[in-house]
Amino acid sequence: MSETFKKDAITLNEESLGVIDSKKTAESLSARALKRSGGQIRMEGFFKKMLILMGLIMVILVFGILITLIVESMPSIKVLGMRYLWGRTWDPVQDIYGAFPFLLGTLLTSFLALIISIPFSISVAIFLGEYFPKGWFSSFLKNTVELIAAVPSVIYGFWGLAVLVPIVRTFQSKIGVPPLGVGIFTASLILAVMIIPYAASLGRSVIQMVPSSLKEGAYALGATRWEVIRSVIIPYTKSGLFAGILLSLGRALGETMAVTMVIGNTSHLPTSIFSPGNTMASVIANEFTEADNPIYLSALIELGLVLFLVTTVVNMIGKKVIGRFTNE
Amino acid sequence: MKTSIRLRINKSKLVQWVIILLAFACVIPLLAILFYIIKAGITKINWNFLTNIPKPVGEVGGGIANALVGSIIIIGVAAIIAIPLGILSGVYLSENKKSLLAYWCRLCVDVLQGVPSIVIGIVAYFWMVKPLGGFSALSGSVALSIMMLPIVIRSTEETLKLLPDSLREAAFALGIPFHRVILKVIIPCGFSGILSGVMLSIARIAGETAPLLFTAFGNPYLTTNITKPMHSLPLLIFNYATSPYNDWHDLAWGASVILLVFVLVLNIFTKLITQRWKIQL
Repeated sequence: MSETFKKDAITLNEESLGVIDSKKTAESLSARALKRSGGQIRMEGFFKKMLILMGLIMVILVFGILITLIVESMPSIKVLGMRYLWGRTWDPVQDIYGAFPFLLGTLLTSFLALIISIPFSISVAIFLGEYFPKGWFSSFLKNTVELIAAVPSVIYGFWGLAVLVPIVRTFQSKIGVPPLGVGIFTASLILAVMIIPYAASLGRSVIQMVPSSLKEGAYALGATRWEVIRSVIIPYTKSGLFAGILLSLGRALGETMAVTMVIGNTSHLPTSIFSPGNTMASVIANEFTEADNPIYLSALIELGLVLFLVTTVVNMIGKKVIGRFTNE
Repeated sequence: MKTSIRLRINKSKLVQWVIILLAFACVIPLLAILFYIIKAGITKINWNFLTNIPKPVGEVGGGIANALVGSIIIIGVAAIIAIPLGILSGVYLSENKKSLLAYWCRLCVDVLQGVPSIVIGIVAYFWMVKPLGGFSALSGSVALSIMMLPIVIRSTEETLKLLPDSLREAAFALGIPFHRVILKVIIPCGFSGILSGVMLSIARIAGETAPLLFTAFGNPYLTTNITKPMHSLPLLIFNYATSPYNDWHDLAWGASVILLVFVLVLNIFTKLITQRWKIQL
């Protein structure tokens, strides 16, 4: 009995020895796993830090743009001061830098383009948002209007130069102004086409958000379709439509190539909407590589700074308005 | 009484027709541009046009090979810079919705989206051209990549927002570390949305001219050296369209067709993807 017990104990012992052995391997295994997961954890921390770094890079990028513009336009801000914005002559040869013709040119082209484009873009928005929100017909129109935004601006410019300028020229000779073809009016026409999609697509989405109970209430009171649009949909979506128009404006202010190609490029103060002119963006595009003296260059960069600030403010107001509209 | 009701109904109908007319008038310019450019440019495109560099004024023939190669290189390098940066920033924004940095980052992406392209050109001039001592394709790529970033970031963020939380939770429950969850689960699931954002951004920068004016500058000869000035399709169109020579106008029309078709096909392709996967961009 006791011998067998001993034997058992020995075998047990041997077994337990074996167990200890396998425990050892298990330990070393788990140590390895621990080491690996330590690596994983380090990797995880590294990855999280990298993501934060990416977020930081975006912030640094935008502030870097702002700071670069401010630093590089410092010479002109110091020398010219506020006079710069109101000066009416731009004559780099005689070192006179007044940006007023370009400010006026930008404002004229952008607002003229807005006035021309608003009826069209609001019509598209109402058509897609209210009259025909579904079906292949409306999706065709929606996609086509969105493609307008996709055409490169240099192609608009080239087309404007080849097609629109002669048309405007005959129009001008008929109404009795000098038939130049190029000028602020032509630039506004091209811009008007280019900015339709921005106001239209935002307008469509806000019109679709009008609660149907409101519309049904108006119909139940005997309103016609137009009366519903005029006194329910438009008042309800007012701020959203306004935001869409602001986004269009932001686009029009910064548009460069198409405008540069058809506006005529003179630095004189425009006298009418048919006279040739220059916008802030087009004068930078034309003269930046030719600017040989430091004040000239930094005066051009100051234009860029003004453009950056104005478009940023316009876009931010638009985003704020649309944000408030969707939260309500 | 009855006449006033009739008047109101007629007014409503009239307005409806006016709106329909105005809405369809918007399609006219796009179709006009498409038809005119294809009519003017399609006959100019042939094998020589694609493989030769522009000839001097007065000589017949010549092509746009330098601009084609330049465009591909500049866009390619821009994509290499912008895609990883953009996707990771988008992941950051979708993973950290409430942090202060995310708020600022989102604000900056909004600002960046609205910055006029010419301003980015100026900035790229001071960041890349001046330190490197001359115009180069690389600086053009940097400028274009800055323009790509907001679109890639936005589409990544919006796509990842749509993924159900249970997906990440399931992956975390299996003990998978954070970076592997992102790289092996989250990004593959949102792949089509991210891809469409990338394609959209490439379509947008392919036609950008303004930032290249002071960076890539243009080059009448074929080159593949990204530290040297390089031509690109939109630059070539701008230079030749504003020149007084008919031969150069012909080259510009042909280049316009190629650029327009490339951009529109990319856009339509992206639309098909987003419709199939029901992604809102």
